[in-house]
Amino acid sequence: MGAPVKNEPGATSVASRDAFGDAIARLGETHPELVVLEADLSESTRSKKFAKKFPERFFQMGIAEANMLGAAAGLSLAGKVPFCCSFAAFVSARFDQVRMSICYSAANVRIVGSHAGVGIGEDGYSQMGLEDIAAMRSLPTMTVIQPADDLETAGAVEALLTHKGPAFLRTTRQKLDRVNKEGYKFELGKGVTLVDGKDLTIVATGGTVGPAVKAAALLAKDGVSVRVINIHTIKPIDVALLAKAARETKRILTVEDHQITGGLGGAVCEALAEVEPVKIRRHGVLDVFGESGTPEGLYKHFKLDADGIASVARDFLG
Amino acid sequence: MPKDPETLSSLKSRAFDLRIDNLTAITAAASGHPGGTLSAIDIMQALFFGEMRHRPNEPHWPDRDRFVLSKGHAVPALYTVLAHAGYFSRDLLPTLRRLGSPLQGHPANFITPGIEASTGSLGQGFSVAIGMALASKLDRTKDGDRFRVYTMIGDGESQEGQIWEAAMAAPKYGLDNLVVILDHNKGQIDGFVDEVMSLNPIADKWRAFNWHVVTCDGHDYASIQAAFAEARATKGKPTFILAETIKGKGVSFMEGKIGWHGVAPTQAQLEDAVRELRAAKVAYDTTGGGRLAEGN
Repeated sequence: MGAPVKNEPGATSVASRDAFGDAIARLGETHPELVVLEADLSESTRSKKFAKKFPERFFQMGIAEANMLGAAAGLSLAGKVPFCCSFAAFVSARFDQVRMSICYSAANVRIVGSHAGVGIGEDGYSQMGLEDIAAMRSLPTMTVIQPADDLETAGAVEALLTHKGPAFLRTTRQKLDRVNKEGYKFELGKGVTLVDGKDLTIVATGGTVGPAVKAAALLAKDGVSVRVINIHTIKPIDVALLAKAARETKRILTVEDHQITGGLGGAVCEALAEVEPVKIRRHGVLDVFGESGTPEGLYKHFKLDADGIASVARDFLG
Repeated sequence: MPKDPETLSSLKSRAFDLRIDNLTAITAAASGHPGGTLSAIDIMQALFFGEMRHRPNEPHWPDRDRFVLSKGHAVPALYTVLAHAGYFSRDLLPTLRRLGSPLQGHPANFITPGIEASTGSLGQGFSVAIGMALASKLDRTKDGDRFRVYTMIGDGESQEGQIWEAAMAAPKYGLDNLVVILDHNKGQIDGFVDEVMSLNPIADKWRAFNWHVVTCDGHDYASIQAAFAEARATKGKPTFILAETIKGKGVSFMEGKIGWHGVAPTQAQLEDAVRELRAAKVAYDTTGGGRLAEGN
């Protein structure tokens, strides 16, 4: 159980890239200021739906991400709300352009990095966004969001239409089991407690939230009471909610499909070290490269599926 | 656009004052780029005094024409022109690069009125200008594009790959409201461009990228204005202006010297430069023809 692409019977399972593509295509109707830029990956990032519906507001910039990010900044500075799409690995690699043309120019660009993490599967490391959160999180004024399911993705896109300042939205190729309830309201900067517990808090983001919830169920069978917090906004992070969890459960396990350096784990450590220092285990891609494989196989290999997360939790609790 | 001799002569006369203020600011900061500001300053004056539609007392006027300084290190020249145009007081110029001053060492758009984009890491401002030009096209009315966009790049900057990504993109979108001006002063920090990494043949490269190419003398106001007029008349494709310029133009001991790329003058050198520029201005104002005004 717990493989990220497998559907639970009756559960809704949608890739966050699809939820993103649907959201911009829908919101484009009521928001004429919404424009989309793409670097030859519209099929993969799912910006294609918007392109077909609003061709005059869709800019195909070719395989030239640096120029695309700069042009997005210019569109923003002239009053548009650009969503700038590519793989997370490729957009975050144009760090200089994000840093100066977007952040330091106070441009309200929404950078959408799809194909987050090892969950993309067969294409291997070069296509996997694995250091993107760390890079984007380091920039002043940048907001970093990674939704855990389709409802949260739609809510995040809507919030980003009016949000002031640059933002990075990280989406997945693989399907994500829905973890929120119908009618879910996305609140930027607020963590979501999905499962309550008192022995340990698992803090997860994006594609690892679903598996974390399942891991909590597995651990409950062992008699371990696990709280699960979904951090969709990695920056600014919900320090109050994390501090409360640290006080009440004493131990924190962070789980992410990203390097443990500088990502969610880094953000949680930084936040709690200053206000509520407790024992923290950072789990994710452990400072190694990703590799090719099936998405399910890779989640098992990197212990990001429910069984893997549960085993890491058991080891952490000793 | 100013076409009458009176306006041309006022531009030429003001050019001496701009050079003095620019060098005074750089000397006060004790760091900066004299060579590449003096090569660029005439083109900037021509933009803000005649070519562009803008409101110094309303810097965020949505319909204004935009100028993005992609070669951000030349920003003291732009600050000087903006101050003379009325965006802020000339008294601010000597605060250049000081802690707390709105005049950062490289352009910061959210700090300084009249600065459209933050630049300084080379190769990027041009792309931002493309985005603005696209927005202007999206907002076009029966009267045409909402505004025009100008950007200035350097020839050292043209070694950046992003310049050529941008050069591909603008013609695809038929951005005839976009003008790229190359301040072709032939120098960069480590030496002459032709030695560091040659760009030749420059004009052929831009033509091959489907740009309308115009050449002008970047220190001759009539020549600069003629190039702008040709750009305005060009429909369906963007215009590239190859502006032939001289690094350190107007100060005899700086002209064409690579060493003046990124070193501030000493107080004594500033005094020499100011003396020379004042004398040239007096000569121009009284006789109607200084060496600068003749464009050599």
